[in-house]
Amino acid sequence: MHNDPSEFEAIIERHSSEKQYLIPILQDIQSQFNYLPPVALATVSKQLDIPMIDIISVASFYNAFSLTPRGEHVVTVCMGTACHVRGGPKILEEFERRLKVPAGGTTENKQFTLETVACLGCCAIGPVVVVDGDYYAQQTIGKVESVLKKYASKEKNNGKPREN
Amino acid sequence: MIKMLINNLEVQAEEGYTILDTCKFYGLEIPTICHNDGLSNYGACRLCLVEIGEGTNTKMVSSCTYPAQEGLVVHTDTRRVLETRKMMIELMLSTAPGSKILQDMAAKMGVKQQRFELRNEECMYCGLCVRICAEQMDARAIGFQNRGYQRKISTPFDVKSKECRLCGACMYICPACQLRCQGPDAETAICSGCLDMDPTCVDVYDELQCWMYDAGECGTCIRKPSEVADDIEEPKEKNA
Repeated sequence: MHNDPSEFEAIIERHSSEKQYLIPILQDIQSQFNYLPPVALATVSKQLDIPMIDIISVASFYNAFSLTPRGEHVVTVCMGTACHVRGGPKILEEFERRLKVPAGGTTENKQFTLETVACLGCCAIGPVVVVDGDYYAQQTIGKVESVLKKYASKEKNNGKPREN
Repeated sequence: MIKMLINNLEVQAEEGYTILDTCKFYGLEIPTICHNDGLSNYGACRLCLVEIGEGTNTKMVSSCTYPAQEGLVVHTDTRRVLETRKMMIELMLSTAPGSKILQDMAAKMGVKQQRFELRNEECMYCGLCVRICAEQMDARAIGFQNRGYQRKISTPFDVKSKECRLCGACMYICPACQLRCQGPDAETAICSGCLDMDPTCVDVYDELQCWMYDAGECGTCIRKPSEVADDIEEPKEKNA
């Protein structure tokens, strides 16, 4: 676990100890640790002189922030209307079955976090699955395995997902 | 002094007054839940809505957050205002049906139906507890978390925080966490049973802004005309 305040102080120093930089600082912590550790929030609260509860309000308001540890890769399945009628829920079920976690959960080996989203705005290519910002269009149950494989075997491919 | 028109009466407001402050100063009753004189204005409950503007170009604003302006035309008792307030009461009753303050207010404003599913959240998110904690107790121990239907008021990580001194101010000011009305029909969110009692135990909110303050006492505005007529006839017989 990340319990050393100095790690977070370094991130805060990259910005400035002013209240207006709260969200950029939280974003940096989120991208470095994949979640917001309680110690980080306490450090930010102290350095920026913002009450802890206000930081929690911000952190719990935005989906981009997570207060529980997230996996290395975030799998987002679209549950919007267009994706829904084209079988989005079935694809989500398949992901849940293969990763053995419910939507919103993180696998035990901290490799994947499964999430849902209401709409990504690209309904024409639905059902859509997004993994770490890469869009996978017109997904089917059959394609789920190959998508997961690309990321599960990331280390073998010099840290880059294989090309389609 | 700021001169403005409220219900066609020319009134004067002091610098820094809101519409609600001005109405209170002149004795015009405006129902509100989330407003408290010792706390900042919040505009969450939307019960203090008033209509501003003239003719067809009117809009609804919350009087607790709208500052008094020179030449402003305000109406506090139009049909549109009263109906919107009733709707707000109904919506809030569905989230916090156990609140006696809401139930009384509903009876007062003549809300007789409850068309929404009861959610029993026992909180209407008026923010009074959050504000009293921050502004009067200077603790900032509780606040809003999450958003949408998951919104809740709690301490960080839902555990007792060192900021919280257990002063109980949040519970003192909360309009929802108190014993519900144990009236004749306590199980329903709204029964208006108190309105049928004579004398009624709630002060009746008079839609016509009756200047006779004991409007609930005389009962003429809430009882059937036939009953009132009987009352008037009876003393005549005694005199005769």
